[in-house]
Amino acid sequence: MLSLLNAFLEFIGNLGLFALRAVRRAFLPPFECRMIWQQIGEIGWRSLPLVVSSGFAVGLVLTLHTRSTLVRFGAESMIPTVQSLSFFNEIGPLVAGLLVAGRVGAGIGAELAGMRVNEEIDAVEVLSVDSFKLLVIPQIVACILALPILTVFIDVAGINGGFLAERSVSQISLHLYLNRAFSLVGWATFIPPTLKTAIFGFIIALVSSWFGYTAVDGSVGVGRAATNSVVASSLLIIMTDVILVKAIFFLFPDTAI
Amino acid sequence: MSGVTFEKVSRTFAGRPVLNDVSFSIASEEALCIMGRSGTGKSVTLKLMVGLLKPDTGSIRIHDRDIVNLDEDGLSQTRRLMGFLFQSGALFSPFSLNDNLALPLQRFTKKSKQEIDALVQTQLDEVGLGNDRYKMPAELSGGMRKRAGLARALILQPSILLADEPTSGLDGVTAGEIDDLLLKLKEKGTTTMVIVTHDICGVRRVGDRLAVLDQRRIIALGKVRGTSSYRLPDTFRLMRRCRRLSNRYLHMW
Repeated sequence: MLSLLNAFLEFIGNLGLFALRAVRRAFLPPFECRMIWQQIGEIGWRSLPLVVSSGFAVGLVLTLHTRSTLVRFGAESMIPTVQSLSFFNEIGPLVAGLLVAGRVGAGIGAELAGMRVNEEIDAVEVLSVDSFKLLVIPQIVACILALPILTVFIDVAGINGGFLAERSVSQISLHLYLNRAFSLVGWATFIPPTLKTAIFGFIIALVSSWFGYTAVDGSVGVGRAATNSVVASSLLIIMTDVILVKAIFFLFPDTAI
Repeated sequence: MSGVTFEKVSRTFAGRPVLNDVSFSIASEEALCIMGRSGTGKSVTLKLMVGLLKPDTGSIRIHDRDIVNLDEDGLSQTRRLMGFLFQSGALFSPFSLNDNLALPLQRFTKKSKQEIDALVQTQLDEVGLGNDRYKMPAELSGGMRKRAGLARALILQPSILLADEPTSGLDGVTAGEIDDLLLKLKEKGTTTMVIVTHDICGVRRVGDRLAVLDQRRIIALGKVRGTSSYRLPDTFRLMRRCRRLSNRYLHMW
């Protein structure tokens, strides 16, 4: 038990140092714009089909479930509002974070671990090029930028999925659905939860990069880095979300009502 | 001036000593080949030279500058004097061959894009990969990767080239081509070379001296005589004197 606690504290300490190194280096030249752009494509663009289709399916299922509950209370007209509030506030950001943690976290962890095992990182260091700046910082910057954008897409897909489910049952028009959906949605409901995913992006890239960058033990290490990246980043996203929700309620009291 | 000097260098991994009190010196523009069984610390020796690993004790000097206690900037400056050919080529996989070679030029020279393009093309032509310039590393064969790795190692015209098993895993013809490239470089007389290898033909062709690592130390160090002849190098005699270990190597020659 004590050794487990030791290992956990060591992980947190190492990750903290890694994060500090990342923040410090991110603001020093040279800025790896080309790598950042490449990673935005890899992380953002290529995650889009997964994020949109998942958002659509979750929106559809959520409406089907809430409908059966709200109908009992005669509140079926509230379905679009409940759908949009739950999506904008929590489901969109969290599902986007978890999906990206699964797809991108594993990718970053495995890619960097593969580079470590194949001595590519050593080769970059030998060329006097800062491997940390070249490989880790672009992943972090790209994840921070891509996550909020992907969240907007998952929100839109979720609302569309919800509309389709509701339309198939109640023949509601799109205009009315959207009117009801956005009746209680203000900027404070939309902007802070969407922007909090930038922190999720930071966590995903940081944790995955750490596992990949410090990988050992050959191909076994590559597999371990990929798995650990997904598990640890998903767990940290959920834990951080608790803190962020409280912080948003504190900073934007209207959203807590 | 000495190119590389090891003085009483020791290094352990997880409590297991790999090098113990190893000392040797390589003169500028000399080609030293290092042989030995797997796990005797040959690659570790190269990684210590380039600062990828730190020794537990001892000093390592590159062009008379101790690199053991250098900070990141100092180490980075020293590394620019060295080229490193990794065993697998270790090309940076997200970049094309062209970008792998252009990267150090873009970072550490003030050359224009046209000059960099021309230099990359020349370097790739030298190793016979001029037509594969825009291929990704995954599209190259093992031999091509090694040649590309060599081209990248030489792109900044380093004064020291470290090569980790440049011909391992290659057929005789391709291994001969790599040796030709190393020999050509040696004939220019501007580069100190340290080559870790298992290939005695390569040692005869390229090496000036041969060191044999075993039991955590250098057990033999001597001149390779007559690179074009099939006579045994002097090192063989040195090894024969090493009563306890020589039999292990006799079959290799």
